[in-house]
Amino acid sequence: MKITFPHMGNLWISAKVLLEGLGLEVVVPPPCTKKTLSLGVLHAPEFICLPLKINLGNYMEAAEKGADTIIIAGGRGPCRFGYYCRLEKEILDDLGYEFRMIVLEPPENNFLEVIQNIRALSKCSMFQMINAVRTAWFKCCAVDEVEKKVQIVRAWESCPGLADKIYREALKNIDKAQTIKEIFFAKLNVLEAFNDVPVEPEREVIRLALVGEIYTILEPFANQNIERHLGKLGAEVKRSIYLSSWVNDHLLGSILPMESTKEACRMSSPYLNYFVGGHGKETVGSAVKFSREGFDGIIQIAPLTCGPEIVAESILSKVSFSEKIPVMTIYMDEQSGEAGLITRLEAFVDMIRRKKLSQKTATRK
Amino acid sequence: MKSYMGIDVGSVSTNIVLLDDKGDLIEKLYVRTNGQPINAVQKGLKKIEEKIKANGWDVEIAGVGTTGSGRKLAAVIVGADVVKNEITAHAVAAMNAVPEVQTVIEIGGQDSKIIIIRNRVVADFAMNTVCAAGTGSFLDQQAARLSLTIEKFSRMALNAQTPVRIAGRCSVFAESDMIHKQQMGHNLPDIIAGLCDALVRNHLNNVGKGKEILSPIVFQGGVAANEGMREAFRKALDAEIIIPENFEVMGAIGAALLAREKMLQNKDIKTAFKGFSTINCDLKVRGFECSECPNLCEVVEIYENLQILARWGDRCGKWTEGIQEQKNVNFN
Repeated sequence: MKITFPHMGNLWISAKVLLEGLGLEVVVPPPCTKKTLSLGVLHAPEFICLPLKINLGNYMEAAEKGADTIIIAGGRGPCRFGYYCRLEKEILDDLGYEFRMIVLEPPENNFLEVIQNIRALSKCSMFQMINAVRTAWFKCCAVDEVEKKVQIVRAWESCPGLADKIYREALKNIDKAQTIKEIFFAKLNVLEAFNDVPVEPEREVIRLALVGEIYTILEPFANQNIERHLGKLGAEVKRSIYLSSWVNDHLLGSILPMESTKEACRMSSPYLNYFVGGHGKETVGSAVKFSREGFDGIIQIAPLTCGPEIVAESILSKVSFSEKIPVMTIYMDEQSGEAGLITRLEAFVDMIRRKKLSQKTATRK
Repeated sequence: MKSYMGIDVGSVSTNIVLLDDKGDLIEKLYVRTNGQPINAVQKGLKKIEEKIKANGWDVEIAGVGTTGSGRKLAAVIVGADVVKNEITAHAVAAMNAVPEVQTVIEIGGQDSKIIIIRNRVVADFAMNTVCAAGTGSFLDQQAARLSLTIEKFSRMALNAQTPVRIAGRCSVFAESDMIHKQQMGHNLPDIIAGLCDALVRNHLNNVGKGKEILSPIVFQGGVAANEGMREAFRKALDAEIIIPENFEVMGAIGAALLAREKMLQNKDIKTAFKGFSTINCDLKVRGFECSECPNLCEVVEIYENLQILARWGDRCGKWTEGIQEQKNVNFN
């Protein structure tokens, strides 16, 4: 059995070490590229959301490398993601692929179910399993810490591109690390390297928050590297979702004391009081939370036709008005052009910067 | 006298303006881009230079700003101090022309935008996303189909008695709907007025959706020349529509104003303008497909006298970053 899984940002680093730790043979799909997307677009329904198209491409490219089993999360609720596993299996079957599909349904109650799900995959010992989960978890946290750092350094660096070089190197090193000690030192080295990046301290940097649907905000290929563009424009970026906090919230039942979207969910009231599927509620709540934390602007990203995010978008205009924070929504699909995106981002950043400037001169007077 | 130049390289036209040290217009120029932006910029610069010489103006270019979809390219060619997106440029120019403006409607060759301004700062904006229905190119095309000049086409709508209803959501459907109405026997002014109404409706529903449109409203961009469109906006918004004097070159004016602002704030920096000699530079563009990963990015390289000036188009940043490193080395 050669097992593969769809890409979602840097998820592959943790997923790979977890599955390998369970004694399984893993095929990581090649990084998402235009080829991945065109393969997916060719075989997916036209109006399905973008993640499914990229998923399909991932599987096909993984199949070329010998993968025969797919592991994917399930789900329920109004978001179409819960149905991805079935639809993807049907499409792959029609195309003549012989994949076995393992669906990890979200746990109803507690973490034990996740353990049972994972145990069903492999007959490894309990000790081996705990070790694999631990290593994967530490890698996941290390990657997130590095991501959070690069999102800030990009805005300040005087030689654009250096931070990204360090970041790419860092992901490689974390991926290579075998033990928790190695992961720790890989992370430490990177954070030090970031501190040595030459910066322009007098730059007028603004702080922006990215909220929205999990896949499009986590996968740089799906959002056209929006974080990098914003960094170049001199904006620090923070996302509403990081993989480690998502795992803690949704798989571990929030047992670890770390940043959680649960709090954001509570803050969505009174704007949105109901679960609308996907991350709709988190999007609204996070926007409220970030604006109260003093962020300068919010960008919502979602795949075109995403139901939950469309609901959130219409409510965000109210949040924008009451919380007095600029909000911009960007939908992503395979037709999205980069030039249009950059113009919008530039205009958004400019707008915020000039607004701050005029407030500053007004208070000075 | 110190003066500031603004260059707006758009899909349809390339506009160049010259402002004096107070920010007032000295000269404006509107040339068709014709799909060749480098050519258009060089041609425009040449005309400006000729004009300066012919009138014996004492002009020293103290700052240059570029905007429009070809802003990056223009900036590399002429050496710009400010490279700004169209939204900021248009907002700045509108506020300069009508200080108390609260809403800017801008329709150009291929995009249309709405900019909401409050207390002299941009508060919100939107741009057409997937569809260019209702922009200058489409109106141009319709005028050509009816063998009318764009000026005649633009005035004809004013003679309408009962404008017909045209489906304006998509330019392809709008055209077939126009042809259908034509074959039914409606007269041309009614159809053209109907088209203007449809395009305005489309603009307000798609681009202006959910935005609070308050007076004073400024309408600018090439399409603001169209009297039918002006009238349709006036009817739809039931408000006065202000057309600034230099409505067709507002983007370029904004870019020049931004360059002026920057140069006045930083008195010690010199303009990056390479001088009018760039007209004679041998500029070459080369494109290649990077084959190092399946993204197959189309990288563009700009050469000046066989020296590489700039590169862009890569997703990973490998090619563009290399250039920047070189530049930094040169500066040191």
